[in-house]
Amino acid sequence: MSQPGTLAWFARHEIRLAWRDFISMITAGRRRRTIGIVIGFVIFAALMHALANYVVGGFADVGIDPERDVLVYVTAIGILSSSLMISQALEAVTRAFYARADLDLILTSPVVAPKVFAIRIAAIAFTTFAMAVLLAGPFINILIIKGGTRWLTAYGMVAVAACVSTALAVAITILLFHLIGPRRARFVAQVVAAIVGAIFVIGLQAAAILSNGTISRFAVLQSEKLAEILPPVDSAWWLPARAMTGDLDALIPVLGVALLALAGAIALFATRFADYAIATAGVTELRLTGPARERRFRALSAMQVLRRKEWTLLLRDPWLISQTLMQLLYLLPPALLLWRKFGEEGDVITVIVPIIVVATGQLAGGLAWLAVSGEDAPDLIATAPVPGRMIIRAKVEAVLGAIAIVSAPLIVLLALSAPWAALVTAAAIAIAAIASTMIQLMFRGQAKRSHFRRRQTSSRVATFAEALSSMTWAATAGLAAAGTWLAIGSAMAALMVLAVAWMIHPRPPRPVAAPG
Amino acid sequence: MTPITTALSVRGLTKCYDRPAVDELDLTIRGREFYSLLGPNGAGKTTTLRMVAGLLKPDAGAISIFGVDALADPVSAKRMTAWVSDEPMIYDKLTPIEYLEFVAGLWGIEAKTAEARADDLCSWLGLAPHARERCEGFSKGMKQKVALAGALVHEPRLIILDEPLTGLDARSARLVKDVLAERVRNGATVIMTTHILEVAERMAERIGVIANGRLIAEGTLAELRQMAGRGESSLEDIFLDITEAASAAA
Repeated sequence: MSQPGTLAWFARHEIRLAWRDFISMITAGRRRRTIGIVIGFVIFAALMHALANYVVGGFADVGIDPERDVLVYVTAIGILSSSLMISQALEAVTRAFYARADLDLILTSPVVAPKVFAIRIAAIAFTTFAMAVLLAGPFINILIIKGGTRWLTAYGMVAVAACVSTALAVAITILLFHLIGPRRARFVAQVVAAIVGAIFVIGLQAAAILSNGTISRFAVLQSEKLAEILPPVDSAWWLPARAMTGDLDALIPVLGVALLALAGAIALFATRFADYAIATAGVTELRLTGPARERRFRALSAMQVLRRKEWTLLLRDPWLISQTLMQLLYLLPPALLLWRKFGEEGDVITVIVPIIVVATGQLAGGLAWLAVSGEDAPDLIATAPVPGRMIIRAKVEAVLGAIAIVSAPLIVLLALSAPWAALVTAAAIAIAAIASTMIQLMFRGQAKRSHFRRRQTSSRVATFAEALSSMTWAATAGLAAAGTWLAIGSAMAALMVLAVAWMIHPRPPRPVAAPG
Repeated sequence: MTPITTALSVRGLTKCYDRPAVDELDLTIRGREFYSLLGPNGAGKTTTLRMVAGLLKPDAGAISIFGVDALADPVSAKRMTAWVSDEPMIYDKLTPIEYLEFVAGLWGIEAKTAEARADDLCSWLGLAPHARERCEGFSKGMKQKVALAGALVHEPRLIILDEPLTGLDARSARLVKDVLAERVRNGATVIMTTHILEVAERMAERIGVIANGRLIAEGTLAELRQMAGRGESSLEDIFLDITEAASAAA
């Protein structure tokens, strides 16, 4: 048992909190579901290993001294994974700053605050590593099984990425605090986290489209232009890639540098962490004043005020906009491709159609959650003299209106080069958005809008059904745009998803018979 | 003289979770009355009021608000009522004025009337200097005042309040009490739960005590004193006597 107040004691406390946070995220706070979660986890692990076998099974025999092409690919995958880890670490660091109840206790206790923050930064690195292992583990395991134990170094590289990502995340957050102050740092850090998480994928696609006119992410990595600017194969720049492919001699210096970076971040920033945490003490939320001019009340019907409320709340919450519209970033590559291939019709169009449909379907799911479940004043709405149908209609209209505005430019662009595909896309977007909204209505809960990030864990069935629905409608749209009757089969599958969701959605409990 | 109407009539109201939370409750509240519903934690006060406000479906029983069957015609019943809970649920991203405009729109209040009432309420509750700031930076007391203004902007005939003074400072609590007293003088009916017994003692015309989901005592302060056999005792003493006896009997 470690002595209270020591580093080991704090470390144990942090790990316990992180573990319970993880369990709560997985079980959505319902402990009774633990057995179901364990079974689900085993199935997930088996599926991930099967997927990993399909994806990387053929690469296990890559030599310890790979060619430059392989090093380029491995580096790209490493950067892609690291961007996601930086995003996760940034979120964790922001939470560590603004978890007020916890910080109040720490800052008012007689312990040395920087010591706690040092542990907290290390804990963030550890949880970032653990989450990454959860996803990368199956791929590494397959490589170990098929290619030998030398691939164990890949786990070392996950640790490297976790250390560097955490160090960068802490540095970025401290820099933001320094530059824009605690009030805005939270919001900006969260937006940066979301953008960093998406930017590399989108950047690769955009570069490929602009240079080659293809949507393949890896096309740009094979280009001659890139080959000209890359360092020679024996350069130290390739050490991380070599370490990833089983070179222990390469791993040792890379791991050393990563640990130094993390230790440096802890030494440099743990003290400032404490100072900035105190600075955030007076900050609750970003406080903005409303329009200064005198505004008259407008004569609106109940339906109109409900609709206006949904729009106003959405437009006034930049964090929610950033979280929701982040999915739209994924529409940039198809938009670019449309622009490049303007006037052409053919295979490219049938690739773009499903991408647009799946992205807008997912966006509709997010917006529908905000409108349907993310209600900050549920009592007010429930006690208002307005029929429930009207409330639901106003919310659904707000969601569909937002989707219409977002997708209209793409539909117009598509219509100019392929009218049939545009028609199919418009119909599929409407249907996918309605389907996502229906799923949210079936599985609706009650939560504050600020809990948007946790919406995917509140009902995993809803999240899964929503994703499956968007994908099947996207497939239907793609097949219909290609003019094949197979679209009917895909549409039937999409309807089946809705039917299954309807069958399994939670019903309100039956009243218990009153005594007497 | 205006005839006394029944503002709220509850008959055989029942709600069970794993045990009965409200157990065949009968309750009658007269029009223009300030009624205080008291009870220990878990007695069923909030469950009762949430059922009356239409936030919870009863397992059995009937609720009538000014003669309107609240279970058969909830929209008509809601048109006459307002609900304020201890946890102010408002939209952080709206300003108080925008919130009041939204509430007035839901209750179908004419825009000009709503605007005038909103201005009055904001100045009365001390919200005027912040009326055009978003609520996200407000303290709990400020948010509670916004929620109360929202409840009053449509001039409800029945105001249902569940622990509305929780977390308010002395000045804010006084403001809320003054506003409620003024509403009762102007013809509204108030039913309020509170753990601050001095408030019930000073403000309520009649007091109901609920325990284990049943109404165990009801009357004016004098009637309750008589019932408990305590001459000039405070409501606190009477309340403790009554609830302890009920707990012993259970």
